[in-house]
This record gives sequence, structure tokens and C-alpha cells, in this order.
Amino acid sequence: MPIVYKPEYTMAALLKLDNVSKTFGDREVLHGVSLEVAPKEVVFLVGPSGSGKSTLLRFCNLLEHPSSGAVLFEGADILKQKNVNALRQSVGMVFQSFNLYPHMTALWNVAIALRLVQRKSAREAREIAHHFLAEVGLAHRGSAYPAELSGGQQQRVAIARALALKPKLMLFDEPTSALDPELVGSVLDVIRKMRHEGMTMLIVSHEMQFAREAADKVVFLDQGRVVEAGAPAALFGNPQQQRTIEFLSRFSLAGSHG
Amino acid sequence: MGRFVDQFINPVIWARYWDEMLGAIGLTVQLTLLVLLTGLLLGLVLGLIRVAVPPLFRIPIVIFADVFRAIPPLVILVVNYFALPFAGIRLSGFDCAWLGLCLVLAAFTEEIIYGGLRAVGKGQWEAARSTGLGSVTTLMLIVFPQALRMTVAPLTNRTIAIAKNTALGSVIAVPEILNIAMSALSNSANSTPLTMAALFYIVLFAPLIVFSRWIEHRFPQRG
Amino acid sequence: MDAVLTNFANGDILAITWRPLLAGLAQTMLLSLLVIPLGAIAGLLIAALFVVSAGLARVLLMVWIDFFRAFPPLVLLIYLYFGAPLLGYEISAYAAIAVSFTLNTSSYFAEIFRAGIEGVPRGQWHAARATGMSWLQSFFVIVLPQGTRAVLPDLLSNIITITQLTALASVVSVPELLHTAQLAQATSYNVTPIIAAAVIYLALLWPLVRLMSHLDARRYSTKLSAAATQRRRRQETADE
Ligand SMILES: Nc1ncnc2c1ncn2[C@@H]1O[C@H](COP(=O)(O)OP(=O)(O)OP(=O)(O)O)[C@@H](O)[C@H]1O
Ligand SMILES: [Mg+2]
Repeated sequence: MPIVYKPEYTMAALLKLDNVSKTFGDREVLHGVSLEVAPKEVVFLVGPSGSGKSTLLRFCNLLEHPSSGAVLFEGADILKQKNVNALRQSVGMVFQSFNLYPHMTALWNVAIALRLVQRKSAREAREIAHHFLAEVGLAHRGSAYPAELSGGQQQRVAIARALALKPKLMLFDEPTSALDPELVGSVLDVIRKMRHEGMTMLIVSHEMQFAREAADKVVFLDQGRVVEAGAPAALFGNPQQQRTIEFLSRFSLAGSHG
Repeated sequence: MGRFVDQFINPVIWARYWDEMLGAIGLTVQLTLLVLLTGLLLGLVLGLIRVAVPPLFRIPIVIFADVFRAIPPLVILVVNYFALPFAGIRLSGFDCAWLGLCLVLAAFTEEIIYGGLRAVGKGQWEAARSTGLGSVTTLMLIVFPQALRMTVAPLTNRTIAIAKNTALGSVIAVPEILNIAMSALSNSANSTPLTMAALFYIVLFAPLIVFSRWIEHRFPQRG
Repeated sequence: MDAVLTNFANGDILAITWRPLLAGLAQTMLLSLLVIPLGAIAGLLIAALFVVSAGLARVLLMVWIDFFRAFPPLVLLIYLYFGAPLLGYEISAYAAIAVSFTLNTSSYFAEIFRAGIEGVPRGQWHAARATGMSWLQSFFVIVLPQGTRAVLPDLLSNIITITQLTALASVVSVPELLHTAQLAQATSYNVTPIIAAAVIYLALLWPLVRLMSHLDARRYSTKLSAAATQRRRRQETADE
């Protein structure tokens, strides 16, 4: 199993969730969760459906606001930060359902934020977009509309869209769950490549085999609480908590992608 | 403020025209119901005929639907009222309004029903026919019910929009709400009758609008 | 046959009325070009307010929309035109038309835009906001174009309705097509001008009506496939 680099745990955390909770109506779905992601670290967030993984992820670019607790990005509390849109350029997000803009070509899906948010010229925006489409192996598909692309291609365009803004942190919310099995590999390859290049990532995924291979740290979330966290070898090989064991037993780690 | 009350909600004027306005409501309701009944029925029949007959026979129906969807309803009423007598057909203002609005509603209904019937896939026809159902049976029992679900929301909206056009009857001397209110306005030099008319229309049509919202929610047109 | 021609398609009468009729057509188109943008912009604004509002504000907006959808536009026009002077405010026929038709048509536009915008998946907002776009940018560049495309047939239908609506201006003596035709009829004792007006309306709106049928047919077919996709999704969710 190729572990390409050793993350430096001594460095200050890039992202730090400190005791965050979330209440929807009168139901608390996250109960004081804390989590750290160091620079260049790849953290996997796993857990059963409804445990609050997506909600936690969405705190990190303020698509959702915690009811209490703090979210620190590069040491600064983002809840107090005025320019949310600046933060969102530093934190890229990839969604389970891709959410590509159906009325724009792949190229413009990537270029539009460069143009409108970063105020680049149309030409420069297109050039950058093309570069990042090439990065995800889609240099030749720039003029295609999302409906003309396979699910795996769509998700790679979505990754390019996030990467083009040169984020310091990438969030993935089940990036492969909506894909046919044979298309999953192409997306995981892109994530592998990003890891190799030192991108900091927080990934919600049910691809346990991939987590085991690519994670520096795995966090198991259940019913709004962190049950267990640690290096993948430890968490998968020797889980300490009964709930972790039960959850992992549902996945056959024998099968593998890529 | 006093002047506003005096001009727009004057109790004396209100009482004076109350009975007459109530009579006008009766006529408006009567006209509306007649238009809905005949217009929807005619449109439905035309829509069903249009899918059932060979292409050549569809042309007159298409022309009918296009003409009565394109010409403004008010123009149709005016033509009925002023031109038909020259063709030897003498109709009261009420009948002119009924005929005109009925044809307009029928045209829109035909188009909506036909669109819905066409949208039910070929597979449904083939499946039904392969089990030995006749074409008319297939149309009425298999295809039509599916089409109706799809068309009920646009049909409701269109029907309400056309029902509101009964107010146009005032232009061709139909003594409905607006017509009575306008003559009361010129007799009394006071807007209170118009306020009454406005309130009556709101009372008549607001429930229909709310109903159409419910229908749209219940039978959404878009997925 | 001769009698029909003399009564309904009288060449002599057409010869003296075609100029005023064309002037009337110009007025009709002018009124449409005034009311359509006013109604569409006001409607878009109401729809945008509706999307961002919640609670009581949202209910009030809906009441506003439904109130003006229930209010027949002719009644509104007459109320304004004949009612305002009794309060001491002279109001021009054009102003009365602009106000009453904008109130009426903006409510319909608002309903159409709202339905279109709400039909755009939430994920589109999230994706746009996640790349740092502002609310306005997300709304105008990402959500509105998709929402508008979905309701194109309804927008077209509303535009046709508004053009037909301008015939009501004849009631307040604006010299648009219908009013011009009625005047010509009254002076010539012949219905040819009215028939001619009807034919002109038909020529003006028939292409739009055809286009509407065409777009509707396309929507029905995409609606069927959308329903199938949704059924499949529901199935998948149930399987989880
Ligand atoms: N906007 C919302 N309003 C109310 N409840 C919500 C909302 N968003 C999420 N929830 C609830 O919060 C809980 C956690 O949701 P979340 O989407 O974070 O879970 P998840 O771990 O991502 O699950 P999944 O694996 O199914 O995606 C769920 O019970 C969900 O129903
Ligand atoms: Mg989730």
C-alpha cells in the first residue's frame, strides 16, 4: 500500500472544528463534535446515514452554520469572518450529486466562478478552466454539456470546478455514491493524484477500501458524536468501540476499487 | 379620508345598489357555470376526436383551436355581438358572451387535453392493444386517465383565467356585475358600486385561485 | 355571397379604414411593449422576494399575488380610471392601463418565475455559493436561467395573454386596434373593420400560439422522462 508522504502532525491545524453542535428545529443532530485537519492531511469521515457527516462538512464552508461551537480555518474563526465568499474560494466542495450547471458547458462550469468571483478576463478564465479540466483527464470534453457526460466525467468536472479556485482545503461529500461501480475508479484516481500533490482533504465516503489506502486519519461519527478516530490501520484493523465494529462489519473490505 | 369613505365605501350608496348587485352576481355565476360546462365538454370531445382520427381530419380542429386561442376574447365577444346579426343570427348579449367564452375555453381545453393524450407513451397503446383492447377502449380507459392527471393543473389555471373574462360581458351590455356597477357609477357619480363589484369578484374568484394552488400541489406539472 | 362580402369584407370600407387600423395595431403593439417588460420585471422582483422571504412575509406576498390574480383586470382598470377622478386625481388612460395591467400581469409572471426558480434543485444554489458566488450572482447566472428555461411555455402563454389584454384599453378609449375598429364600424355602419381587426390579431398572435403548442408538447415529453427518473430515484432511496 503506497503511502507517499508522512503528514506533519506537528504543524498547526488548517481546519479545526471545536465542539460544534447543530440543532434543526428542536432536534440536536450534532452534539459537540471536535475535529482537526492538518495541512496536507487527508481525513476520512465515515458513519451511518443520518449521523451528521454532511452537516459537519457543510460547516466548513458555511453552507450550514453551527448552533454552537467554533470553526477555525487557518487559525481564524470563520463564523466571525465577514467575507464568506473569500473563504469559500479557499475551501472547495464536491457534492454527491455533482450539481453541475446544466445550462453551461463543462468549460464554463469551471470558468464561471473565476470570471465572476475572481474577476478574471474571459480568456484567462477559459485558459485556467481548460488547464484544470486537463488535470482531471477531460481536456477534450470542455465543450460538452453536463447531460452529455457520464457520471464519472461529471464528477471530475465538479472537482475541476473546485480546484480551479486554488483552494487550500477540499471537501468531498460522498463523491462516488451516485456513480455506477465501473465509473468510481476514475474519480478515485483523481483524488489519489490530488493527495499525491499534497492537497488537504476532508472526505465523507463509504469507500472503506479507499479510505484504508488513502486516509491519514479516519473519524467515525455516529448519532452526532465522534465515536472513534485514528489512523486507518488502527481503526479498521483494531477498532476499540462496539459501535465501530458493528458499523465496519457491514462493509466487506475484501472488495476493492482501482 | 372622509372623502375616500364617501366616494368608495359609502354606506348609503352601498345599500341602494345592494339588491341590484346581488342579481348581477346571480347572472355572473350563471354565465360562468354555463361557459365552464359547455367549454370544457366541447374541448374534451374535440381533444379526444383529434387523437382518434387520421391526420387530415385533425386540420379543422387545429384551425379552430388556433383561431380561438389567438384572437383576444374581448374581440370575439364584440364580433359575436356586432357581426352575427348581419349574418341573420340574433343573440342576446348574454348568449354572445356565453358562445364566445365557451369557444375560447374549448380551444384551450382541446389543446391541453390533446397535448396530454399525445404525451402518454406509445408503449401504453401497444400494451393495451396487445391484450386485445379496442382502440376506443384503450383511449378511454388506459390513455385518457393518465393524460388527465398531467393536464389537470394547467386546465384548472386556464379555466379560471377564462371564467374571469365574464367581466368582459359588460362591454356588450350583459347585465353582469361590472356592467351594473358601471351604470350605478354613472347614475350616482360615486365609486362605491365599483368597490362592491371588486369585492364580489374577489369573493367569487379568490377561492378558485386557492383551489388551483391546491391542484398544482396535488398534481404537479413539473417533476 | 355578395351580401356576405358587402357586410363582412367590404373593399370600399377597407380602403378608407386600413390606415387607422394600422395605426391602431401600432398602439396595440406599443401597449404590449410597455406592459410586458413592466409586468415581467415586477413579477421577477416579487418572485425573488418570495424565494428569500419566510414566515409572515411569504404569506403576505402570496396573498398579494393571489389577490391580483383573482381581480379581473378590466375591473381594476375601470376602478382606477373612473374612481381616481372622483377623489380629485385625474389619471390618464395610459397611466391607468400601466398600473392596472402591471399589477395583474406581474402576479402571473411572479407565479411563473417562482415555480421555475423553486424547480431548480437546491444543489445548484449550494454549488454556486460554494465557489464563492454572491446570492445575486448565483440567482442571476445559475438559478434563474435554468428556472426560466423550464417555464418558457408559461412565459410565452403569458405574453400572448397580455397582448390580448391590451384590447381592454378600448374601454378607456385608447386608440388601439379594437377601439379604432369600433369607431370605424360606428361611422361606417359596417362590421368590416371589426372583422379586419380580428384578422389582424390572428395574424399577429397565430405564430406565437403555434410556438406555444410546440413548446408544450416538448415539455410534456420531458415531463414524462423526468417522472421516470424521479421514480427511479425514489426506488434507489428506498433500497438504501
Ligand atoms: N435542513 C435540515 N433540516 C432538518 N433536518 C436536517 C436538515 N439537514 C439535515 N437534517 C437532519 O440532520 C441529520 C444529519 O443529516 P446529515 O445529512 O448531516 O447526515 P449524513 O450523515 O450526511 O447522512 P447521509 O449518509 O444519509 O448523507 C439527519 O437526521 C437529517 O435528517
Ligand atoms: Mg450526507
